Amino acid sequence: MEEQLGRCVASWCPGATGVVEAVRLSGGASQETWSFDIVHPNGTVGAILRRAPQGYGAAPGRAAGLGAEAALMQLAYDAGVPSPRVLHVLQPQDELGIGFIMERVDGETIPRKILRDDRFAQARPKLAHQLGKVLGGIHGLDPAQLPELRRMTAAREIAELERDYRSFDWPRPVFELALRWLRDRDPGPSQEVTLVHGDFRHGNLIIGPDGVRAVLDWELAHLGDPMEDLGWICVNSWRFGEIDKPVGGFGAREELFAGYEAAGRSVDPERVKFWEVMGTLRWGVMCCGMMQRFRMGPEHSVERAMIGRRSSETEIDLLRLLAPRA
Amino acid sequence: MQDEPTPTELIKAVADFLRDDIAPVVSGHNAFKLRVAINALDLVTRQLSLQSRSDAAEAMRLSRLLGIQGSLAELNRALADKIAKGEFDLQTPGLADHLWQTTMDKLAVDQPNYASYRRG
Repeated sequence: MEEQLGRCVASWCPGATGVVEAVRLSGGASQETWSFDIVHPNGTVGAILRRAPQGYGAAPGRAAGLGAEAALMQLAYDAGVPSPRVLHVLQPQDELGIGFIMERVDGETIPRKILRDDRFAQARPKLAHQLGKVLGGIHGLDPAQLPELRRMTAAREIAELERDYRSFDWPRPVFELALRWLRDRDPGPSQEVTLVHGDFRHGNLIIGPDGVRAVLDWELAHLGDPMEDLGWICVNSWRFGEIDKPVGGFGAREELFAGYEAAGRSVDPERVKFWEVMGTLRWGVMCCGMMQRFRMGPEHSVERAMIGRRSSETEIDLLRLLAPRA
Repeated sequence: MQDEPTPTELIKAVADFLRDDIAPVVSGHNAFKLRVAINALDLVTRQLSLQSRSDAAEAMRLSRLLGIQGSLAELNRALADKIAKGEFDLQTPGLADHLWQTTMDKLAVDQPNYASYRRG
């Protein structure tokens, strides 16, 4: 791998003498991520390769594609959104598959560390506001410059979730209740259609002691209602036990909203709540999908099997949202 | 009749062995996978000890709600169908309580440490 990466790097990074410390990173179930160092006379450069592994892609139809991901990451970087710089988009002659190479940003993505470790104690109270501002920046990106992305609406999202859920052929009365609730309260297409990150949550945010350093993983980016991103980061599954702090387990909705408004944008809290319910159901359906892939896929991964058993977590969260107990 | 030890005892013994003797000497991604594997065994032991009682109670509640008899899967399909058609909703007497109880029983097996469960 280091040899192959070294040949690739030499083609676009003049002076680079090779690649060392190539390691495959865990996490990121649908795409392969490698970390490596580019050796250069001016100093070592930390880099990340993101590529599609052979014969194992993301949920088909939903993924923006690695080319679009690279373009969005670069656009975000240019607009001042915390983001890694894209160094190279893989070419056929690289023989590394489809993907891109970006700068490695130091920091933490593991939620439990971000929520518990002392070194993030200063960052935690600031994060919700910061992330609001970051989302404001993302939603403010010039639509004319965006790569081609699928256009989503609440109605289409509900239909896709329902189709996926029905395909599992396993009755879930709580999911049925949520589907009804969403359909009855669909606020209609958003007046403003923007770039939506689509997976803005723990794991896809690099956090340092100073706060947010980079937004990663544009795999699920699309055009749609900007309130979707605000709702998704409030989904209880990303609070990791800190259930009274709706924004990622570290902050209040009001702080997130204030940061968003500080970026010159406005919030519709009702829509955010709607998307939080949608997001909770969506994660539940995704958990069920993991169980399907476990059962039908060639590799018999215990991890995936156990994620299937996490769909009940979203059922209790849906009940807390839709039928709270006194 | 099958002999002792019971499945629960066997699985618990394996889980304890992995936890106490193997986990300390495994590192990296395999350590993570081993933790997930141990969690899976713990889940199975919880299900073996809790399922028959919670399933029976769930079936009884469903029969009362729906006014029909059937297997647990049939009853759940019937309930899902009624909710999908809008014949049952949160105003339906007993529905919210039933869904809460059923979900709490699932969490007791799947993830008893989940904060929402402990709050419920």
